[in-house]
Amino acid sequence: MAEIIDMPKLSDTMSVGTLVKWNIKEGQKVAFGDILAEVETDKATMELSCTVPGTVLKIYAPAGSQLPVGDPICAIGKAGEAAPDPKGKPAAPKAAAAPIPETTGIPCIPAAPAANAAPAPQSDASRTSASPYARRMAEKAALNVAALAGTGPGGRVVARDVAAAASAPVSAAPAGPVNVAVAPPADGKGIQPDADVPVGGMRATIARRLLESKNTVPHFYLEVEVDAAPLMGLRETLNKRLAEQGGETALKLSVNDFILKASAEALRRVPAVNASWAGTSIRQHSAVHLSFGVALEDGLVTPVIRDAHSKSLRDIATDAKALIGKARSKKLSPAEMSGSTFTVTNLGMYGVTGFFGIINVPNAAILSVGATIKKPVIDANDRIVMGHRMVIGLSGDHRVVDGANGAQFLQALKQILEEPTLILI
Amino acid sequence: MAVITYREALRAAMREELQRDENVVIMGEEVAQFNGAYKVTEGLLKEFGPKRVVDTPISEAGFIGLGIGASMLGIRPVMELMFWSFSYVAFDQIVNNAGNIRYMSGGLINCPIVIRGPANGGTNVGATHSHTPEAILASHPGIKVVCPATPYDAKGLMKAAIRDNDPVYVMENTILYNDKGEVPEGDYIVPLGVADVKREGTDLTIVAHGRAVITSLKAAEILEKEHGVSVEVVDLRSIRPLDEETILASVRKTHRALLVEENKPFCGVDAQVAYLIQAKAFDDLDAPIGRVSSIDAPQIYCKRMEDQQLPHPARVVEAALKVLA
Repeated sequence: MAEIIDMPKLSDTMSVGTLVKWNIKEGQKVAFGDILAEVETDKATMELSCTVPGTVLKIYAPAGSQLPVGDPICAIGKAGEAAPDPKGKPAAPKAAAAPIPETTGIPCIPAAPAANAAPAPQSDASRTSASPYARRMAEKAALNVAALAGTGPGGRVVARDVAAAASAPVSAAPAGPVNVAVAPPADGKGIQPDADVPVGGMRATIARRLLESKNTVPHFYLEVEVDAAPLMGLRETLNKRLAEQGGETALKLSVNDFILKASAEALRRVPAVNASWAGTSIRQHSAVHLSFGVALEDGLVTPVIRDAHSKSLRDIATDAKALIGKARSKKLSPAEMSGSTFTVTNLGMYGVTGFFGIINVPNAAILSVGATIKKPVIDANDRIVMGHRMVIGLSGDHRVVDGANGAQFLQALKQILEEPTLILI
Repeated sequence: MAVITYREALRAAMREELQRDENVVIMGEEVAQFNGAYKVTEGLLKEFGPKRVVDTPISEAGFIGLGIGASMLGIRPVMELMFWSFSYVAFDQIVNNAGNIRYMSGGLINCPIVIRGPANGGTNVGATHSHTPEAILASHPGIKVVCPATPYDAKGLMKAAIRDNDPVYVMENTILYNDKGEVPEGDYIVPLGVADVKREGTDLTIVAHGRAVITSLKAAEILEKEHGVSVEVVDLRSIRPLDEETILASVRKTHRALLVEENKPFCGVDAQVAYLIQAKAFDDLDAPIGRVSSIDAPQIYCKRMEDQQLPHPARVVEAALKVLA
């Protein structure tokens, strides 16, 4: 008798889960404990382990789908058996708004949270030798037991190992709950109410992913100053002509659009930066999928422009505009936010002159773009003149990128931005 | 509080119950005129007379059957077995008759019998006189089994056993008879089915019963002094009913468990305790459950070898360090 596996409720507050990745295919045999899929909840990416041995008859929802808790995700039964009709439940992926059906007896149990969203082959937590108590402690502390060094018999991870990791200074400061009594203002008139604001799904994801990145990726930083005058000039010319042609609906190119396009071109020239750390190998990517930060009122998201290496400036600008619109109305699908190979962040519009972002794992680097400011520079004839200068920072994953090829990338980017007509062809 | 021996504590329990309830009688081989093979019943014949303290023929099947019949009619016999090893010739009476009569009579007939006597190895009396049948007997629904480790528990459990309306089998230990401890004068009971934390600790739970508790306490001292390990010792006291909560609470505190008993390991009491812990405290375990039992062979007659066969502090320390690895 085939059993339908539903989207399990993996946390108290979970109402919708995103199927990040299927580890199984239709027709594949699965045993108790096999990891069926990775599911991202509002809190973490969790592994779903199998409690119904058999053959996968049907996968109802593809990777990337967002499903309410209780919706069928796959069916497991005997080989050759017909896949059951999922009881009239909606099989197609859909938005989070649907009512949440009560689940009776969750057929899948959450394993330890997945190490991170990197496509790198993670050491499988379920195969790590760890005591049940250590696993439970790790789950509470949001640590991956597979990443811990076990000091028990045969390398088993035991409680003391988890305790040591949890109290390690690297994660203690940002991750530990802050419990400091702060006196209210003496005059009773504060700048905002004293309150513990609950951490929402997006904030929790930001916290988890960036903490993980900063704690596990060896960041190094390079900086270059770019003469932005030619770029400003080209932008002004293009926008003027576009406005004349298109009127009200004309495309308006932002500085960021140029930087995105220039980044894609620079990655084409220095492809070593378009890669990911994969544990025992470095995975190089043939396509440039450019992620860029969009600030929202309560956090930020990083939508992805696919195949940016083969897109024109106009295509990139159009894509970016559409994605920013979706981001602000919170309509980005998980697919539109995943699979990037490089990330660009820009705080220039706030007047920030330069900064270094935290790498968006599994990217090998992140570009941080500052404001274009007027300042004195020494020109080719050793005269002090007024310049338009833009400072660009690169944070690199030193496992993948070294100083030299990171610098080559910035050199290429600088050249493209300073001679921006190149990006028009 | 008076400091008396385990033997005197048992005797005090019986004397007080003989005084408290005229239906309590003592029966067994040599319990009256000879004052008991191990002098547990010393002086009771003189104090209570031959109607309350009765010598029986050397026939366990016969006199245990007699006691069971008497108990069905409202007498509360406290039967002595010279060794619990001899219970095997009265197995039908002890298990089939005593253990099942309440169930098979639909609750109309109780069997408030107590059978007591030593059940231990370690005294160089050979394989047929050294059995520890608490696991065998406790595996039968309808039967209660207790194993006091200290004089205090010996008195309190014996009184609880005598007052209980079901058959309660009290396993004593000849090596403990001379152990001394503080025992309140007068009436108190140790309820059946309530374990006792004999020593508090944080790093390891040792679960033991009977003399293994004393062995474990000695091991705990060594572990603390020589290895800096804080050991909690849980004394089961009752094998059945079993105090699951005290065991589980301790394991949930220390996350590691070592089970020590003088039984042979196969189907021993601790096989059941190990099952309980993994079933109900699995997520609290930081290491596999360890076990120390008698070495799995008929009781060895050679004294020096028998001393190694039984759990002793060095073996318990060794096993504890393995669980703590």
